[in-house]
Amino acid sequence: MTPVEVNVERQGGEEGGGRRHPNTCPECRSHYRDDELRHAQRVCAQCGHHFVVGAMERIEQLVDPGTFVEIGSDLRAADPLAFVDLKPYTDRLMDAELQTGLGDSLVAGHGRIVGRETALAVMDFSFMGGSMGSVMGERFCLAADYAVAYGIPLISVTGSGGARMQENILALMQMAKTVGAVDSLREEGLPYISVLAHPTTGGVIASFASLGDIVIAEPGALLSFAGPRVVEQTTGEKVAADFGRAESNLRLGQLDAVVPRRELRGELAKLLMLFSPAEDEPTGDHEPLMTIVEGDANPIDKVLGRLGLGRRRG
Amino acid sequence: MVRVSDEVRRLRKRFEARAEESHIWDAVQLARNPDRPYTLDYAERLFTDAFELRGDRAFSDDEALITLLARYHGQTVVAIGHQKGRDLSERTRRMFGMPHPEGYRKAIRAVELAERFGYPIITFVDTPGAYPGVNAEERGQAGMIARSILAFCQASVPIVSTVIGEGGSGGALAIAVGDRVLMQQNSIYSVISPEGCAAILWKDSGQARKAAYAFRPTANACLDLGVIDRIVEEPKGGAHEDVDAAAKFLDDAIRQALAQAEMIPAAERRRARRAKFRQMGVWGVVDEPTNQDF
Repeated sequence: MTPVEVNVERQGGEEGGGRRHPNTCPECRSHYRDDELRHAQRVCAQCGHHFVVGAMERIEQLVDPGTFVEIGSDLRAADPLAFVDLKPYTDRLMDAELQTGLGDSLVAGHGRIVGRETALAVMDFSFMGGSMGSVMGERFCLAADYAVAYGIPLISVTGSGGARMQENILALMQMAKTVGAVDSLREEGLPYISVLAHPTTGGVIASFASLGDIVIAEPGALLSFAGPRVVEQTTGEKVAADFGRAESNLRLGQLDAVVPRRELRGELAKLLMLFSPAEDEPTGDHEPLMTIVEGDANPIDKVLGRLGLGRRRG
Repeated sequence: MVRVSDEVRRLRKRFEARAEESHIWDAVQLARNPDRPYTLDYAERLFTDAFELRGDRAFSDDEALITLLARYHGQTVVAIGHQKGRDLSERTRRMFGMPHPEGYRKAIRAVELAERFGYPIITFVDTPGAYPGVNAEERGQAGMIARSILAFCQASVPIVSTVIGEGGSGGALAIAVGDRVLMQQNSIYSVISPEGCAAILWKDSGQARKAAYAFRPTANACLDLGVIDRIVEEPKGGAHEDVDAAAKFLDDAIRQALAQAEMIPAAERRRARRAKFRQMGVWGVVDEPTNQDF
């Protein structure tokens, strides 16, 4: 299919009885057809606003075509607490899966970026607010395991409101579990690059996402432990408009860079190059040695077993 | 037509649910009881000599989180704990036990010190959560919690953590990544406060009791879910009814847990602790793998 020319229409006020086009830019009110927005990597052509990107689309934007292989796609959230708020947790899970086509809020796998192999953990904010539960934590760890087994870097892209309340204490424990996975990369001397997209808050930014050897954010992303509303409500403090934004975090020394989405793949490729030995040119012939987890009563042991046998590069 | 036995069963079930709900709410209240012993109350009874390590060497001394070098059953240990205040002025000074990033930086400093000298680490967890203020955010609250969790992951010395009151969210977990994790009988441990959960999911913080029932922050639930290793008994009516007795129970439990943690060879402790947390979580597997490949 030929690329679609980006067409922009300006939209004035709230005509149509307050109803809005689904792809309306919240900053400048331009609105786009979905295919044009997708072609523009979901960046507003008028004002540069970065729309939220789904996990699969993000992977498409970043990796070389045809190189991505998913890991742990068959894991699904259980409901250990039989949790019901206004709706049962199981209903929310089903709705989220039907809406997004994803099994949980993180897609793990591996692929190549400009010829260099990397493990990937990419979150999807549209799956229950990108909340972190048992499956998300396990999938992140599987991506890290893959990186360790094959001696390659890990890149994560996050977008999350925080831990998943419906799994309560088990969700909290995913913070320790994912940090443990980062620790295993550090122990092996493997680079971990964390990309923070809008919004990355709560338990995700207070665990693995802050621990990248390199931490990059997208423009305008909200990156904070507590959201602005929580800060205002609990402390009564006045919260500035730029509170927790990527640009403020850069100024305050919490980030290495704010990188516009269109430059992200190039920057990641540069970093992967800088982290690899001088003589190591990308070959592009690295065959994935492990594919996905097959349906199995105890998939994790199986994966770990395979990883134990894994060949080490470098 | 309604069968009587069915009706009785239904009522009994509802009654049991109510009883369970009020039991959980009792635990929440006891965990927050203003008379409940805090870290320093136990430190005073468990340790023979103690020297407080103060300051993060970068910005300030956060009194919501205290670190001690102390003697415990004849050996030197590093103790780390949240500290709420007793009266209003102390509570204000200690921010009700809600640390800023400086507090976690101090905790990391204490872990590094323990690591340098090979001292075991004993932590006491008792916080509503890390402080959610603008200054805390600007100084990197999230990153410092993450770094504290990492420091605990990386330590090769034995670590025993006990939730002694409120184990509130990431601010609690930041010092609770232990080889052995214990909870006092009437303490709670959760990802968010019942009020916070109610405000988000029920859109009404007044539904906190319902939220607490739904997400079960109790020691029993945490034990069932494999998050903690042991429940520490409290005197009848709660730890505040007899602090000396509560300290005695806690002392026995910590001493045993420490002995167990010390049995793991130092070279394997980091991996063993990582493996312990790695297996936390519950999930299922669907039959048909959907391999996304493009």
